[in-house]
Amino acid sequence: MVATLVSGVAKEGSSLHVANVTKDFAANERTNLRTLALDGVSFSVAAGEFVSIIGPSACGKSTLLRLIAGLDFPSSGELRVGSEAITGANAERGLVFQDPNLFPWLTVRRNIRSGLVALGVAREKHHEVDEFIRLVGLEGFADVYPHHLSGGMAQRVALARALITHPKVLLLDEPLGALDAFTRMQMQDEVLRLWQARLTTMLLVTHDIDEAIYMSDRILIMTPRPGRIDRIISLDMERPRDRSHPDFLRLRSEILQLLDFGRR
Amino acid sequence: MTSAREDFGLSNNARPTPAPSRWSQDMPTLSPGPQKRDERPAEKVPGGTLLAVPGAGVVALGLHLFASANEPPAEALLYTYFLSGLLIATVVAAAIQPLWSGLRQWMRNTCPLIAAAVLFLIGWELVTSVLHLLPLPYFPGPSGVLLSLVNDGAVLFDSTWHSLLLLLGGYSLGVVVGLISGICIGWFPHARYWGMPILKIVGPIPATAWIPLAMVLSPSAMFSAIGLIALAVWFPVTMLTASGISNTRASYLDVARTLGAGRIYLIFNVAIPAALPSIFIGLFMGLGASFLTLVVAETVGVKSGLGWYVSWAQGWAEYGKVYAALLIMAAFFSTIMTALFKVRDRVLAWQKGVIKW
Repeated sequence: MVATLVSGVAKEGSSLHVANVTKDFAANERTNLRTLALDGVSFSVAAGEFVSIIGPSACGKSTLLRLIAGLDFPSSGELRVGSEAITGANAERGLVFQDPNLFPWLTVRRNIRSGLVALGVAREKHHEVDEFIRLVGLEGFADVYPHHLSGGMAQRVALARALITHPKVLLLDEPLGALDAFTRMQMQDEVLRLWQARLTTMLLVTHDIDEAIYMSDRILIMTPRPGRIDRIISLDMERPRDRSHPDFLRLRSEILQLLDFGRR
Repeated sequence: MTSAREDFGLSNNARPTPAPSRWSQDMPTLSPGPQKRDERPAEKVPGGTLLAVPGAGVVALGLHLFASANEPPAEALLYTYFLSGLLIATVVAAAIQPLWSGLRQWMRNTCPLIAAAVLFLIGWELVTSVLHLLPLPYFPGPSGVLLSLVNDGAVLFDSTWHSLLLLLGGYSLGVVVGLISGICIGWFPHARYWGMPILKIVGPIPATAWIPLAMVLSPSAMFSAIGLIALAVWFPVTMLTASGISNTRASYLDVARTLGAGRIYLIFNVAIPAALPSIFIGLFMGLGASFLTLVVAETVGVKSGLGWYVSWAQGWAEYGKVYAALLIMAAFFSTIMTALFKVRDRVLAWQKGVIKW
């Protein structure tokens, strides 16, 4: 791996704290329905930790990530990175969506570079672009436009673009959800490799239980509407994990049961 | 790995070099791109295509020589030269095309069109000079129009130059103002609130309807014409720029924000590139509107340009000159249109393969 990119230790102050966060979407004039998306959500992610959030659809997972990214604001409660409160979006917290959302008018290289341009450091950190292209294994494709890329490659570009600004926390909103099963497993290793190389604090939203067990240090299980943290599961299995190991399977059925709200 | 890729026909030299083997399973199915029909290795030009233009040329020349017995010699001779030149050029081209693949390619594509144009000339000559079906002086034959084109060449060139200056001045002013107002209306809610009503009320009025006001307000016809053309261009450019900007995918903006983008970056590096396809539609619509306004303005106020030339020639009942000016206008306007298409192809190169043009 490229030596300069391996930090070895997690960056100081890159822990994430969510304290008693509530998000309430105002009543719509027509439906007159007030939606309580998140209700008193509290948890912390240690610096360099990999945490997954899992839960049924519409449990407010994506809303939570948007709040942490600073793209939206909580109705009440507090969000912090290290000791600093989150007041808006910035390069400290990267976000990767299910759709890679690459800028179609930029080549792979310029997409990856766009974070540096936005921060106004493109010139002095010019060399990092090539390092990140190499880090995600897209050497021959630097000057290709995004529509030529397969889903997995596009998502790798999105990861490189999110990581080039050296965020303290990387938020992943079902980033592998649209990929086929094989590409997906390959990309899970890819994300783990990037994480181990850079020790960025990771928060992954997924609805794939296997993915959560395969990748995380801890799994937060959320309940639907209003979204609350139902259970926190710590995993201490060795990586790389074996998807057919008895512990893996036992945990899987345990979580499946937990998620089967109301039908127990 | 290389052999595996070759098996799948992925080993084209034109594509990027393969990435490390670790990624081979996820190798992209790089789309070969839109394959142009004409890019096949140039084959033989079909005999019929080859003979079409010379054949039509011989007929046209014969018909003209037959008809020109009772025409003024200067006029008849010029058109004879023109047709003979065309005939010789096509015969020479047909003779050398086996040696020159570029020419072969071009001939395959354009010969049928040229032949059709010659057929049109034959029909024109037939209904005017030969059968006298159309009244003179309103419908001169092709030889008369060609003579006007050549004889009045200097004046026509000068008129085209003046039209070009006026058009460029008005169009660029309209585009600059239109882009600025469009971006403001598309991005800033306040600008949208106050700007949209103005745009919706003033915009749809045809620019030419302002001519009386422009004549009163402006110190010179030239100024008022530039203003009118700019107004005609401003409306579609503003409308489509604003719509493009405000329809920027929210997730592009979200991504840019989490990359640390400020407002300047969001506007200039995300919203404007995302709006470019829409902006170009506005530029094309504006260009069409500018041609119309240019000709009208030159007809009623400005004392130069192609529009002025047409109405001046009409005043003298010199219809050969009218048609000559129309020919020049067709060439002039379509050249400008083509230039804008070229600009778009360059700027929106990233859309190739996403959208079919």
